Amino acid sequence: MTICEENLTSETVKQDTQADSLLTIRGLKISALLDSGWGEIVHGVDLDLKAGEILGLIGESGAGKSSIGLAAMGFARNGCKLTEGEIKFDGIDLMQASEKQKQSLRGARIAYVAQSAAASFNPASSLIKQYCEAPIKHGLMSSESAEKEAIELYKKLNLPTPDLIGFRYPHQISGGQLQRAMTAMAMSCKPDLIIFDEPTTALDVTTQIEVLSAIRDIVREYKTAAIYITHDLAVVAQMADRIQVLKDGNTVEIADTKTMLSAPKEDYTKSLWAVRNINREAKQQSVEDDYILQLKNISASYGNGTQNVLHNININVKRGQTLAVVGESGSGKSTTARVLTGLLAAGEGEILFNNKALPLNYKKRDKETLRHVQMIYQMADTALNPKQTIGQIIGRPLDFYLGLKGEKKQARIKALLAQVDLDPDKYISRLPGELSGGQKQRVSIARALAAEPEFIICDEVTSALDQVVSEGILNLLDRLQKSLNITYLFITHDLSTVKAIADEVVVMLQGKVVEQEKTDVLFAPPYHEYTKKLLSSVPQMDPNWLDNLLKQRQQERNQS
Amino acid sequence: MNSILLMTLKRLSLGVITLFVVSLIIFSAVEILPGDLAQEVLGQTATPETIAAFRHELGLDKPAISRYVSWLTNMIQGDFGHSLANGRAISDLLSDRFSNTLFVAAYAAIIAVPLALTLGILAALYRNSWFDRIANITTLSSISFPEFFVAYILILFLSVNNSFFPSLANISDSMPLSEQLYRTILPAITLTLVVVVHMMRMTRASIINVLASPYVEMARMKGMSPARVIVFHALPNALAPIINVIALNLAYLVVGVVVVEVVFVYPGLGQLLVDSVSKRDITVVQAASLIFAGTFILLNLIADILSILSNPRLLNPR
Repeated sequence: MTICEENLTSETVKQDTQADSLLTIRGLKISALLDSGWGEIVHGVDLDLKAGEILGLIGESGAGKSSIGLAAMGFARNGCKLTEGEIKFDGIDLMQASEKQKQSLRGARIAYVAQSAAASFNPASSLIKQYCEAPIKHGLMSSESAEKEAIELYKKLNLPTPDLIGFRYPHQISGGQLQRAMTAMAMSCKPDLIIFDEPTTALDVTTQIEVLSAIRDIVREYKTAAIYITHDLAVVAQMADRIQVLKDGNTVEIADTKTMLSAPKEDYTKSLWAVRNINREAKQQSVEDDYILQLKNISASYGNGTQNVLHNININVKRGQTLAVVGESGSGKSTTARVLTGLLAAGEGEILFNNKALPLNYKKRDKETLRHVQMIYQMADTALNPKQTIGQIIGRPLDFYLGLKGEKKQARIKALLAQVDLDPDKYISRLPGELSGGQKQRVSIARALAAEPEFIICDEVTSALDQVVSEGILNLLDRLQKSLNITYLFITHDLSTVKAIADEVVVMLQGKVVEQEKTDVLFAPPYHEYTKKLLSSVPQMDPNWLDNLLKQRQQERNQS
Repeated sequence: MNSILLMTLKRLSLGVITLFVVSLIIFSAVEILPGDLAQEVLGQTATPETIAAFRHELGLDKPAISRYVSWLTNMIQGDFGHSLANGRAISDLLSDRFSNTLFVAAYAAIIAVPLALTLGILAALYRNSWFDRIANITTLSSISFPEFFVAYILILFLSVNNSFFPSLANISDSMPLSEQLYRTILPAITLTLVVVVHMMRMTRASIINVLASPYVEMARMKGMSPARVIVFHALPNALAPIINVIALNLAYLVVGVVVVEVVFVYPGLGQLLVDSVSKRDITVVQAASLIFAGTFILLNLIADILSILSNPRLLNPR
């Protein structure tokens, strides 16, 4: 590793001599306040960016890519500090610069686009007001000309009704639109550099494409340099001229995009490039028509019941299999899960469990049916009581459903922990806060298993985890299914996960089931029209993928 | 906008119900007070017969429930009844006193609310600095003393040792406003010292709470100055709890002045209440308590509505 880093440094020094370098970072070290005091999280990273260039920063969570991106603005979050190194932006030393000097750069010459646009817009103020703030306060424009430019940019970014959309409030427009409005806001002062911090991670694939192409076009048009931070390789392949791979606060490899994709040097990079590796053997076909669960003509609504969010849903789940439910956000996936569990009582229709009708409201179901339908949540952080030990968390369903007490209960807790690959003696008395994201999700799985259910609903269980950890979770779920013959309903928007683990797939759109198919049938032509759009929207490693796709869609539009 | 109107109506009817419950409580509380008005008015020498005759004349010999019902129905029609002690119409008695109380409360509020907000914003801006600590310590210690103590300290320093301000706050309608303001400045300062700390600390806390949110980070990334970040990005989103605490304190300014009015011999509603209790003038006590309760409920109602309105999601529905 060290030899490699030295090579890189000598290489980058050569580049440094070039005159058009916009940003140079040398030996940057960042410390963060951890439980055990200050600890270094970035250990001497170098970074170079030329004017007009787009650099992709890639790595898993904890690699330090966000901290490095913020450091390029001379900024450290609360509980972080820039300890050592040199950050030079256009000849200005950001490590030494005064707070005033940095303020005059931020927004005006270096701008930032955050991951969650919904959370990063001030909810109490209209979009255009927030757009105009930077140009006015930095003394670049009058408010009239700023507003005019805003509308111009909104138009360029393909926002609907560009004349009016700026006067709306953040909660009034969708996530994809917000992300484009935020890109417009970053562009407001025509900065030299924009930091994109995972701008599409929170969006679903179909929206992601619109935002990606909008960002790329605008950045190219204004020749703005950009640092594009993401954990998604296929996305970065579309956006970046050069890619820098980070791991645990160190640089692993730097190369231009084409080289990096075709001939990665380091083992770590290769492992990132590798297709998901999930050992899944074909299951023996279960008996035809042995359905554990059937949803018949289910319609459901929130609130006063005037507007249905689920329309006449029919889903059949075979015993011992995994059924994936896919669709973009707002398609009704999670609502289907809530109807299943009875948390949201369906307005119409029937739920058959083992060919017996279930009461639609969970309050009317008996303990035994409740026990057989368990749920694992997306956010293990919020689904586990932070004040209870792992033993208490898993012990609760044992006590409640099975009436286990004392030593029997302790033994069962330990067995369950062992089943999810956590060392029982080590973890049983720990609190959730002491565990990593993947370990917490394992505890959630153990808690669901404790009830000895026949059926588990997995709601986006891996979407908060990075690739390596989520692979581990998926493998675990698969192994448990085989040994315990559990049926899964797997809600996800990640199609590669679906491919990896599902036997059958239900595609949902706007509260309706578009199709239900066996996985291999669904992923092979002929496709249903919406399924095709969904599948083609999943970014591919090919750097030309986005261009080709947009061209193809344009052609199709012209034809029709 | 319709939903906001509906919500306001709902809150308003809830307020009326609360007021009804309070009237019940006031009536029964006064009912179980020891002592007897007739005895008090006629003195120790009165014979049982004269006392009974007097009680009959005032209607005190009727059962409690029927007295409650007639009191309430009269109240609803705007008839507050007559003082038992001197026979004057209570509405006349109260109106002057109540406007005096409102006067000094408004006076204190005009000083206290801007002061508290400014101190709170500054404390959030320079949090954990010396300014923050000193502001916290002084305001906290001023509230830690009983208010009559604060009042006497102020009288000692500002009126006895140095005769800047009068220690008696006796005002009348014929005085010019400047004279009224001058005479009531000590009670106003006392009240300010009592209420400022809650509002200041809530302002500081709720702003700091919002400072961790991504949109505040975004504002800093746009190169906005710390003051602008706090006033334009943090404060508007921190308003709901601040409004609630301000309303509670405004209500306290009206309702909680009793002791302060007595110290400064100020002719307000609180003073009247204390006098009436010692005279066993039940009808006046009831009316005054009900007015206090009404003020309290009304101010909280307004706070409720304002803090809901401060949410942009409600003001600008999809």
